[in-house]
Amino acid sequence: MIYDPRVRGIVFQIILVALLAAGIWWIVDNTIENLRRSNITTGFAFLRGRAGFDISDRLIEYSSDSSYGRALIVGVLNTAAVAAAGIVTATILGFLVGVGRLSNNWLIRKLATAYVELFRNIPPLLVILFWYQGVLALLPSVRDSVSLPLGSYLNNRGFYLPRFVWEPGSWLIFAGFVVGLALSWYLARRARMRQMATGQQFPVLLTSIALVVGLPLLGFLAAGMPVSVDFPQKGTFNLTGGMNVKPEFLSLYLALSFYTAAFIAEIVRAGIMGVPRGQTEAYSALGLRSNLGLRLVVIPQAMRIIIPPLTSQYLNLTKNSSLAVAIGYPDLYAIGGTILNQTGQAIEVVVIFMVVYLSISILTSLLMNWFNTKMALKER
Amino acid sequence: MQEHDMSWVRTEMALAQAAPRSQVGFGAWVRKNLFSTPFDAALSLLAILALAWSVPHILNWLFLDAVWTGADRTACLTTEQGGQLPAGWSGACWPFVSGRFGQFMFGRYPLEERWRVILTGILFIVLLAPLLIPKAPYKGLNAILFFGVFPFVAFFLLVGGFGLRYVETPLWGGLMVTLVISYVGIVVSLPLGILLAMGRRSKMPIVKLLSVIFIEAVRGVPLVTVLFMASFMLPLFVPPGMTFDKLLRALIGVALFASAYMAEVVRGGLQAIPKGQYEGADSLGLGYWQKTTFIIMPQALKLVIPGIVNTFIGMFKDTTLVLIISMFDLLGVVKQNISGDPTWATPQTAKTGYVFAAAIFWVFCFGMSRYSQYMERRLDTGHKR
Repeated sequence: MIYDPRVRGIVFQIILVALLAAGIWWIVDNTIENLRRSNITTGFAFLRGRAGFDISDRLIEYSSDSSYGRALIVGVLNTAAVAAAGIVTATILGFLVGVGRLSNNWLIRKLATAYVELFRNIPPLLVILFWYQGVLALLPSVRDSVSLPLGSYLNNRGFYLPRFVWEPGSWLIFAGFVVGLALSWYLARRARMRQMATGQQFPVLLTSIALVVGLPLLGFLAAGMPVSVDFPQKGTFNLTGGMNVKPEFLSLYLALSFYTAAFIAEIVRAGIMGVPRGQTEAYSALGLRSNLGLRLVVIPQAMRIIIPPLTSQYLNLTKNSSLAVAIGYPDLYAIGGTILNQTGQAIEVVVIFMVVYLSISILTSLLMNWFNTKMALKER
Repeated sequence: MQEHDMSWVRTEMALAQAAPRSQVGFGAWVRKNLFSTPFDAALSLLAILALAWSVPHILNWLFLDAVWTGADRTACLTTEQGGQLPAGWSGACWPFVSGRFGQFMFGRYPLEERWRVILTGILFIVLLAPLLIPKAPYKGLNAILFFGVFPFVAFFLLVGGFGLRYVETPLWGGLMVTLVISYVGIVVSLPLGILLAMGRRSKMPIVKLLSVIFIEAVRGVPLVTVLFMASFMLPLFVPPGMTFDKLLRALIGVALFASAYMAEVVRGGLQAIPKGQYEGADSLGLGYWQKTTFIIMPQALKLVIPGIVNTFIGMFKDTTLVLIISMFDLLGVVKQNISGDPTWATPQTAKTGYVFAAAIFWVFCFGMSRYSQYMERRLDTGHKR
C-alpha cells in the first residue's frame, strides 16, 4: 500500500496542509502579538479618519480635511488616468514601430529596430527618472515659458493647455454625441445585413462621421453655443487658467508609453509575420487591392496572434504605473504608502493594494478575453 | 516532320553577363530601399531630416561639448550659473561619473575592503564564462561550483566572517547590489518556478490549488507591492525581537515574484511536450520523479530558454525597484548622488548620471538577449513542429 501513488498523494497533501496551517497559525499569532505591542487596532475603521495631507494632482474634489478613504479613491483614479493615457499612446506608437520594423524602407526598418532594442533593455524606472529629473526639470521657469501653438505653454511646472468650459445647456452636445454613436452603430449593422442579403454597399464611414460630428454640432447650436475656451494667461510668477498637466504625470506617462511601445512593437511584428505568405498571395489572386486585402484578410488573422500578449502588456503597464511613487505622482501606491506611514495599518493597506490591482487585472483580462473570443477563429 | 541538326552542343557553361547598371551599385540600392514609392521617399526624407537634426545634437552632448575633467560642480556650470562655460552651453558632465565611480559600483562599502567585492566579481566571471561557452568541458562540475559553492563563498566574502571584517548590508550599494539581487533571484526562482509549474500541473487537487493561488496572486500585483509587503509585513510575521536584514527582505520579495513568472514560463514548456513522451516514460516503468527529471524537464526547459532568459532580463531591470524601499542599487545610488549631493548639483548632472546608468543596464540586458538567441539557434535540434 505504501507504494500506491494515490495513497502517497493523499498522505503528501495531508502533510502539506498541516504544515501550511501551522505556518499560517504561527504568522497570525506573531502578527497579533506584534500589533498588540505597537498599539495598532486592526480593521478598516481608519478609512473614515481625517487624512490631513494634500494631494496636488486630483480628478475629484479633495482637501486635507477629507477622509483616508477619499484619498485612496483619488489615488485609484490617478492610477487609472495614467494607465489609460499610457495604454492608448503605447498602442499607437507600438503599432507604428512594429509595422516600421517590417517596412521595405531600409532606414525606417533600422530606426524601428534601434528604438525597440534601446527601450526594451533599459529599466522603466530609469526612463521615468530621466524624463523627470533630466528633461522636464530643465525646462525654463514660468516667466520664460515656451509658447506652443493653440495657446498652450510648456515650463518646468508642466504643460498648460486651454480648457473647455461647459456652461449649463451643454448636455445637449453630449446627448447629440451619444445619439450619433448609437445611430452609426445601428447603421453599420443594417448596412452589413443589407450587403450580406443583396450585395449592395452603403457608405457607412462617411455617414457615421457626419452623424457623430453633426449631431453634437447641432446640439451646440441649439443650446445657444454654451461652450467657451479658457486659455492659460501668462503672469509674472504664474500661469493662470487653462488646464495644467503636471511634470510628474507627464514623465510617468511618457516613460510608460515609450517603454511599453517597444514591447507592443515586437508583438505586432510577430503577429503580422505569423500570417502565412499564402494569405497575401491568395487575396491578390482574388483581385483584392492591397489596402482592402490587408484590412479584410491579413489584419484580422494577425489580431488573433496579437491580442493575448497585448493584454499582458496592458496589465504590465498598469502595474508599472506604481513606479509613480519614485517621482511623487500621487497614484494609489504613493497615497497608500503615505497613509501607512501615518497610521501604521500595514496589513489593511497592503490588502487594499492587492484587491485593487487584482481587480484591475481581472477586469482587463475579462475585457480582452471577450474581445479575443470575438476575434478568434470561428471554425465552421 | 522536321529534322534537327545537332551539329553543335555547348560543352561549357555560358559566362554570366553583368547585371544591368540600373540594378547594381549604390544608386540602385538607394532607389530600391529608400525611394521605391512616393510615400516611401517622403518617409525616408523625413527620417533623414530627423537624423540630421538629432544625431549631431546627441554626439555633441555626449562627446564634443562634454566636460571631461573637473573636481566639482563649477566645471560643469555656465557663466550665468557661476562657472566658466559659455552661456547656453549644454553637454555631458563626465567628471561627475568618474568622481563617483566607486560609489556607483560599490555603494558605501568600506574602501579598504573593496578588494573582496572585486574578488567575488572575478570568481563570478571565471565560473560563469565556461558555463556560457558551449565547448568548455566539465559542465557538471562547473555548474555545481557556480550554483552550489559560489553562493557560500560569495556570502562570506561580501558579508564577512572567517577573519574578514563584518560589513553590514546597509553599506552595500551600486552595481554590486544590482548583481547580488539578480543572482540570488535567478538561482532561487528557477528551481522554485519549476516546482510551482509542476504543482500547477499536478493531479493532487490541493497542491494544484495552492500553486494556482500563489502564481496568480503574485502575478496580479506589481513588484512594488510585493517588495512593500516584504519590507513592511515580514517583520510583523515573525516573533517580536527577531529582525530581518533589509537586503534579505528585498531578496525574498524579488525571488518570490520572479518564481511566479518563471512558473508560468516553465508551464508553457510542459504543455508543449506531447502526451506520447509521458506515456513512453510510463511504459518504461519510470516513476514520477524519474520521468520528470530525465524525460520531461530536459525537453520542456529547452523549449522555453528564450522565455527563461526574458524573465531574467525582466528581473534584472526590476532590481531597480528596490530604490522605492530605500535601498541603493545602481540606479538608487545614481539618483541619490543626483538629488542629495550638492557637490555635483548642476543642470546637466541628472542627464549624465542617468545616461551612464542606462548604458550599463543596456549592455547587460542586450548581452543576455543576444546570448539567448544564440543558444536558441544552437539547441534547435529540428524537432520543433
